Parts: sequence; structure tokens; C-alpha cells
Amino acid sequence: MTVESTAARKPRRSAGSKAGTTGAERTTRTTARKAAEPELVQLLTPEGKRVKNAKNAEYAKYVAGVTPEELRGLYRDMVLTRRFDAEATALQRQGELGLWASLLGQEAAQIGSGRALRDDDYVFPTYREHGVAWCRGVDPTNLLGMFRGVNNGGWDPNGNNFHLYTIVIGSQTLHATGYAMGVAKDGADSAVIAYFGDGASSQGDVAESFTFSAVYNAPVVFFCQNNQWAISEPTEKQTRVPLYQRAQGYGFPGVRVDGNDVLACLAVTRWALDRARDGAGPTLVEAYTYRMGAHTTSDDPTKYRADEEREAWEAKDPILRLRRYLEASNHTDEGFFAELEAESEALGRRVREAVRAMPDPDRFAIFENVYADGHALVDEERAQFAAYQASFATESDSGFAAGSGGN
Amino acid sequence: MAESVTSKNLALAKAINESLRRALEADPKVLIMGEDVGKLGGVFRVTDGLQKDFGESRVIDTPLAESGIVGTAIGLALRGYRPVVEIQFDGFVFPAYDQIVTQLAKMHARSLGKVKLPVVVRIPYGGGIGAVEHHSESPEALFAHVSGLKIVSPSNASDAYWMMQQAIQSDDPVIFFEPKRRYWDKGEVNTEAIPGPLHRAQVVREGTDLTLVAYGPMVKLCQEVAAAAAEEGKNLEVLDLRSVSPLDFDSIQASVEKTRRLVVVHEAPVFFGSGAEIAARITERCFYHLEAPVLRVGGYHAPYPPARLEEEYLPGLDRVLDAVDRALAY
Repeated sequence: MTVESTAARKPRRSAGSKAGTTGAERTTRTTARKAAEPELVQLLTPEGKRVKNAKNAEYAKYVAGVTPEELRGLYRDMVLTRRFDAEATALQRQGELGLWASLLGQEAAQIGSGRALRDDDYVFPTYREHGVAWCRGVDPTNLLGMFRGVNNGGWDPNGNNFHLYTIVIGSQTLHATGYAMGVAKDGADSAVIAYFGDGASSQGDVAESFTFSAVYNAPVVFFCQNNQWAISEPTEKQTRVPLYQRAQGYGFPGVRVDGNDVLACLAVTRWALDRARDGAGPTLVEAYTYRMGAHTTSDDPTKYRADEEREAWEAKDPILRLRRYLEASNHTDEGFFAELEAESEALGRRVREAVRAMPDPDRFAIFENVYADGHALVDEERAQFAAYQASFATESDSGFAAGSGGN
Repeated sequence: MAESVTSKNLALAKAINESLRRALEADPKVLIMGEDVGKLGGVFRVTDGLQKDFGESRVIDTPLAESGIVGTAIGLALRGYRPVVEIQFDGFVFPAYDQIVTQLAKMHARSLGKVKLPVVVRIPYGGGIGAVEHHSESPEALFAHVSGLKIVSPSNASDAYWMMQQAIQSDDPVIFFEPKRRYWDKGEVNTEAIPGPLHRAQVVREGTDLTLVAYGPMVKLCQEVAAAAAEEGKNLEVLDLRSVSPLDFDSIQASVEKTRRLVVVHEAPVFFGSGAEIAARITERCFYHLEAPVLRVGGYHAPYPPARLEEEYLPGLDRVLDAVDRALAY
């Protein structure tokens, strides 16, 4: 670029009013995240006030009949999920878990979408969907086995139609799509939902799942929790256009919802699931939210993001805004919050005790379920392993190991 | 041999076609998926006519996305289907390698046995047809190294027919390597036979002086080698492994205890290849029986060459005979 052209551009850039000029576009793009609030479907403001506008009208009717009891239920789900998450984080710090991926800040996205599901729907999570698991009835202690290192899953996927956590980023979006293709083949009217993050949106598998689901009109909802950060990489390192707009290129709708607004998440997900059930095909929902904690307990967000950013998002806290609404609407009394507090503490205690009591797996579990039909090599190596283990028993029996002090 | 109404003389590709047809007829949950498998019948016509007879919902033309093909097949299997997917050529499997290795292979174990993934991944593989880059590779060792997968490769029409039946019926994911240069070789297929176990090796020529072990496209070559060696008075045994994982070491051991010499032949690069595994294990099992080190003949540690050089790269009659001579010279 020449000096002249740079100089020539300056006045246009500083003018700022000519949206659509090259200079303005570039300025907007490079500061996209810091610019104006993105257009969101929102039903509840951070101050806890109901919103009614043209943008949310289509979705608002999906929660028009929501009762005070249901609202309290959503609140309870979010509070208990946050309490569970906090306990798991503490357990990691105490050395009881090898790792934890916190969902702090994403409770509304997960509870809102999770409570939109029917029992016969099927969920394909990534590894942070503790709130969705809660909605599916997966016992939260079962989520901790893989983080403690006693298994790689811990629940029967078909028990609650909640697939195992998938750690390879974005892989599960294809599983969800294939499963949804099967649902359509079966003539069933259930739907499938795939969770993934903004980082995963860069993966080829996610793009391929969009292609396949569109081509086969699969009844799948892609629920992207854009929590702004893929470990240390901001969304700008993943995309130059708002993520929900990706869907348009594949031929299905995309919608961006306030991911910290549980009502809006519930409404938009219900809408998308309805579309799927009606045979209208896939939908991309981008829940615009924020990961308040670290990516996992292994990273350090202070190295890559500013405190002010977190503080700005704290003001949009999903739990606080529903509480404000409940209180302003006289949908609760003090007893409700006190009881919930006690329930939270009991959950924390139960989780803590369950983790500490979790037995190490049997050592022969290494060889279990490698194959459904068996495999000669696995049989051979299991036998070698058994012989090796047995050799210690023999030493001990003969008194060889008597000095080791064990009993 | 008495003519049987159930015995047909079929090209290997046609045998797979008839096997797929039988599977589609027998089980409504069986699906065929892949690029060009529908109207065209696959670039090798292995799925010819199947979409016409079973419809687009059973024989599914897919977008050109290998990871998508395998990833959606996993989802379909989770829903209770039994997908048989085609990867058009060996060198194109790598975009799907992640789904195969990190998902397809491991989900049964991760779910503590709750989830079964009866997916067959068909891969036409190997060279010798004068193809361009990425159309002639033998990546079986890359898959055999991964637990949770089963790897098989038929060498003849009858095995192709029956092994495909067994692969589809297996509750484990099976990588089914089809020797594309043998697609047009004909053989008797008895569709009423009772096949042997999928993973058992088969002695295809009895001998006493040395064992040649091969699978897929190299079995025919080894039979030719044995015939040529017989003219020089050497009596070679040829073992068709049929399965690379599990690998039937018992059958190899039995043969080596008889012949005391072993040469392993495959198209894939020798370095870290299946021949290395066979050599190591047979040395462990048969150390005191062996009269010579186990020798390997295969591809070089170099990219698969352009077609005009592939005969230099691929094991041929003379290269295998040379290895046989070296083993017999000990």
C-alpha cells in the first residue's frame, strides 16, 4: 500500500457515517467484537425485563404459555448446574479430578436449549454440556468419571438419549447428522441436536455436517454456543462473519440468540426443533454467550483476555437476570431461594462424596469392549497381562514381597 | 466338479456386488453410501444396479466429503442402521481418517459396550492399474495399528462374496480393503456355502520348503511365484491371510513349523508394515524352527510412484523369487 492511498482513505474512515465503504468495512471487521451489540433474539434483558420487538415476535410465541412454575424450574436448573460446576472445579483444584471444563456463564444457553427437548429427541454434546446433561436426567456424578480418569464415558447414551461427550472438536456434528438421517428414514418425528462451540465452527466436520444435513433435509438443530473464546483464540480467529450467517450458504436458516437469556434460548430452540419435526430440515442456532471461566482448568485466561471483558459479561449474568425477573413479577418468595440454596449445598456435598468414593476401574477393563465380537490379539494380550499380574501374587504368596509393608 | 445351481463364475467386483445385494435384501437396516455409488454404480461399478433396485434411501449418493460419509455413517449406526460406505480410492480415505480412528474405532469401548458400530468401510486399494497419484496406495497398516477396527482383504471372488457378508454382519467396524487390480479376476462363488471364520487364514497352496504369506492382491502373485519355483524344484506353501486384524498367527506358525522359512509379501511399504509385525511375532513364536530370518517384500519408503514406474515399486515375480532364494540359501 502506498502512502497516498493510506492518506486517501483516512478521511473516509474517520467520517464513519458511510457504512458500506471499503474503509468503514475494514474498520468494522477488525473491531467486530468490540463494536455494537450483535443483533440478538432476546426476551429478557440483563435487568430482568421482558422484551417485545419485531425481531423476537416469531420466537416469543414459543414461550407465551410458560408458567411461573416453569420459570422457577429453569432458574433451579441453572442454579444447580452452576453449583455442580463450581464443585467440579473445586474438586479439580483439590486433585480429585484430572481436568474440568467449566460451563460457568453458559447456563442459560444449555438449560434453555436442553429444556426445549422432548424425551425422544437425541443430543450429541461436546464436552462442556453439563447443563444439557442435567436436563436429560444424566446423573451429574456420571459426568465426572472421565475427568477423574476412571472411564471414557460413564453413562449409557441410549439411557437418556444423550450421547457421550466428544472431545475431538466438531466430530459429533456429523454423528448427529447421520443419526438425524436415520430418524427421517424411520419416519419418526423426533429431532436431534448437536452442540458445538465457536472454535468448532472452523472444523471441516462442522462444514460437512451442514452440507449433509441440508442435502438430506435431516431433522437436526446445530446449537453453537459462541462463548467468544476457543481456549485463547477469540472468535475473530475463527470467522469474519457472524456465525449464524453461515447457515445461509448451506440453504437453511441461522439465528443468533442471546445465549445468556434462558427464555430466548428456550424459545428459539423450540422453534428450531419444531422446524425439524415438521420436515423443514436443519437450523443453526448461535447462542451468543460468554465463557466466564477458563477453557479448562489447565489454562489461564488472564494471559489472553482483559478483566474488563469479563466484567462486562458479568453484568449480563444469565442467572441474575432471571432472578430479577422472577422477583419483579412476584413469581417467588424468599422460601424458594432459601430452599434452592439448601438443595445446592446438598448437591455439592453429594457430588463431592461421589467423586471421592469413585472406585478405580478393574485393571482388566483395559481389555474390555475393545471389540464387540472379540479379537484374537486382545485375548492374547489379556492373557499375558493376567499372567504378569499373577506373577506378583506368586511372589507375595511365597513371602518374597513380605518386606513391602502392605497388608 | 459337479455343477451347482448356487455356484457362479463371477468377477471379484461382481461377487461383491452380489454380496451387497444379498445383504440389502436380507436386512432393511443395511445401507450403501458413498460418492457415485448410485446411478453410476461406483467408479468400479461395484454397486452397479443396486440403487435402481433398492432406491435412493438405501443406496445413497453422498456429497464429496469423506469425513462426512464416515461421520454420518456412525450416526446412522447409532440409530440402528448398518451402513456400508465406499471410499472411492485408497488415497482419499485420509479426510475420513480422523472419524475412523478417533470415533468409529473407539466408541464401543468408550461406551463400555453400550454402543455398537456395525459400519463397513470399503476401500478399493493397491496399485497395478496404471492410475494417477493417490489411486494406488495400500494404507492397511495405518488402520491395523488402531484398536477397535478390523481389517480384512479378500484375494478372490468367493472370499470377496462371503467376507463381505461377514463384515456386514459383524458388530464391529470393518475396514474392507478390495484389491482393485483383481476386480476383474473371475472365480467360482458358491452362494450356499458355509464360509469359514472371517479372520482365519487359508492355505491356498501346500508346500514344504518355504511359506509365502500374502493377502489381497499379492496372493495371486505368490501363487504364480510358487508355480515358477516349482519348475525349479522348490515346493512353496502359500498362505492367504484374508484378515490383517485380527491376524491369524496360529496358521502362519503352523505353516512355518512345517516349512521353516517365511517370506511375507505385500504392496504397502515394508517399513513399519504388516510384514514387520508378522516377522516379529513369528520370530518370537518359531525361533527354534526357523532356518532363515523372516524376509519381507513390499513397497519402498517412498511415495507411490507414477504409473510408468509402478512395476519397479510393486513386488513382482522376480523380486519375490529373489527373496525366496535368499531365504533358502541360509
